Amino acid sequence: MGNLEILVEAPIFSVQLLLDGLLVGAIFALAAYGMALLWGVMNIINIAQGDFVILGGYVTLTLYNAGIPALAGVPVAAIVLFGVGWVIYRVVIFRVVDRDLFISILATFGISILLQQLMDQIFGADIQSAESGLGTLFLFDNQVTLGKVKLVAFGTVLVVGAALAIFLKKSRMGQAIRATSQNARAARIMGINTDRVYAMTFALNAAVCGAAGALVVMTWVIQPFIGLAYTIRSFMIVVVAGLGNIAGVVAAGLGLGAAEQFAAFLLGAEFQIGFVFALLVVILLLRNAVLKRKRQVLK
Amino acid sequence: MNSSTRMVLSAALFIAALFVPQVPALQPYLTQIAFLWVMILFALTWDVLGGQMGYNSFGNILYFGLGMYATAVIQRDLYFTVEEYANVAGGEQAALTTAEYLFGLGLGMGTGALLAVIVAALLGSGILGLRGHYFAICTLGLGIAAGELASGWDYIGAGSGLVTPLLPDALGERGPFFYYVFLILAVIAFLVLRRLYAGQFGLAINAIRDDEDKAEALGLHTTRYKTVAWCVSAFFLALTGGAFGNLVIFIDPTDVAFAGPTFGVWMVLMAILGGKGTLWGPVIGATVFHVTQELFWTYLFGWQRVALGLLIVVVVVFFPLGIVGWMRERWPKRFGEVVDAEARKAQISLEGES
Repeated sequence: MGNLEILVEAPIFSVQLLLDGLLVGAIFALAAYGMALLWGVMNIINIAQGDFVILGGYVTLTLYNAGIPALAGVPVAAIVLFGVGWVIYRVVIFRVVDRDLFISILATFGISILLQQLMDQIFGADIQSAESGLGTLFLFDNQVTLGKVKLVAFGTVLVVGAALAIFLKKSRMGQAIRATSQNARAARIMGINTDRVYAMTFALNAAVCGAAGALVVMTWVIQPFIGLAYTIRSFMIVVVAGLGNIAGVVAAGLGLGAAEQFAAFLLGAEFQIGFVFALLVVILLLRNAVLKRKRQVLK
Repeated sequence: MNSSTRMVLSAALFIAALFVPQVPALQPYLTQIAFLWVMILFALTWDVLGGQMGYNSFGNILYFGLGMYATAVIQRDLYFTVEEYANVAGGEQAALTTAEYLFGLGLGMGTGALLAVIVAALLGSGILGLRGHYFAICTLGLGIAAGELASGWDYIGAGSGLVTPLLPDALGERGPFFYYVFLILAVIAFLVLRRLYAGQFGLAINAIRDDEDKAEALGLHTTRYKTVAWCVSAFFLALTGGAFGNLVIFIDPTDVAFAGPTFGVWMVLMAILGGKGTLWGPVIGATVFHVTQELFWTYLFGWQRVALGLLIVVVVVFFPLGIVGWMRERWPKRFGEVVDAEARKAQISLEGES
């Protein structure tokens, strides 16, 4: 907690932390948006969500190592992950969509472990990142530094999020997805191919995660086993924001990003992941306490 | 197979297990076989919630690590100061007499178990009000948060781990000693769970699994039952953890104590593989998993964890009943279920239609 004094004496540090937090929080919000989509349409909690993010990061990293600018990795990662998501749906997920939660959560848990270990085998366990080569902005008399790539990432998140929202609102497929999420059975009766809708939803979610991962590898670092933290973050954001609430997802994502930066600064960076997981437990306990007060229990 | 033959078989199995350490040919593998009992304990305790109650818990490893650390810390603090202990680090001077060692181990395991039950009760009354995926994800967070916390806490050795006292010479080798400890623990856990499942408690948690809303509407205090179930599971896991720390001597916060990616995942897989929600399923699943793992997995050269993920997906998606569950479906009469041939036929044709 010794760092608290630094914050009090030099308030400009909090501006730095806040900026970093908000910009990285936008990426969390993007992954959370995908999770909310999947949850709302298919009623599946995808534990492999974070691993999709990291996989997107590795796709970008591979391109970067081959000499292609890292920014080009965003669309490529999205397309590759779209394919990966589609295949995973066709092989595994379609068998568990209509079955109970127990099975779907364990199946995605297995996929998560499979992806983690596969990435560990292929890319190694080291922490890696890709340099965007965009340079750094210096603000407030050089007291605050800001990688331009973080601003680009923020912009990309907005573009991807807006594109997704418009797709869901306007396109034929988007309408089918929303109809299925309202009532799958009715949608099927109205002639919607729900199996295709599910495949599309799952693949879209993976693509969104892939784009998020490409941004993570440019602004931050990736490592095969860090994926779970992204799953937890997405889940936390969706729980706080509620399903189908885009503004809430964005707000919660930004808030979580900022909270994490401050926690990492105050407690020490080694506790950042621990903080995320502990925060999840606290949020769920609070949520339960609030719900309990609303519920009548027979004594 | 009627109940008396089953009893004789179980007793024979137990007596055979008692004599395993005496067989010279098995001597080199004794620690491995002791691990088997640990695996069975893992699967059995996971199945209380995961199988019988239908609540996925990915964080049960929390209690394993808790018991392990509690035991090691008590063993250390009973007879040494922290500095002294850090200097000798379990070497020559840290040797304890037999009585001291056993007392420390017993007290440590007891305290660890008590601590785990208290934690389970406190956490359980909070998060077991959560349903389905909220609970699953929450426990996922718990296990990892505990590991991260333990890696940062200096009093328990932080990231560099903790060394447990050595077994005094009078008690013989570590292998046979802990073989018996885990054998007894596994048998007790099995018998206790069998007794619990046979009674009202078992019916209550099965009702929660089948339909929690209805169970609650019928007047069951579901959260209370769920919490008790978690406490039972935590109790045995903490005991296992306490002894396990002494078997492996060195406690690493994330690789041994809160080893989510290995033990935490294995317990889920073993219980499902054997047949979740059955008494013998976890035992059989753990045995099959452990034996195959020991025999074949070294040939996979680092790909075993990839195979582990694949195995989970395959078992969950294609073989969710598990070995015992499948046998039960195949030969229901042997499991003492009364089968009405007509109703069964009707059910099968219904299943075919849907």
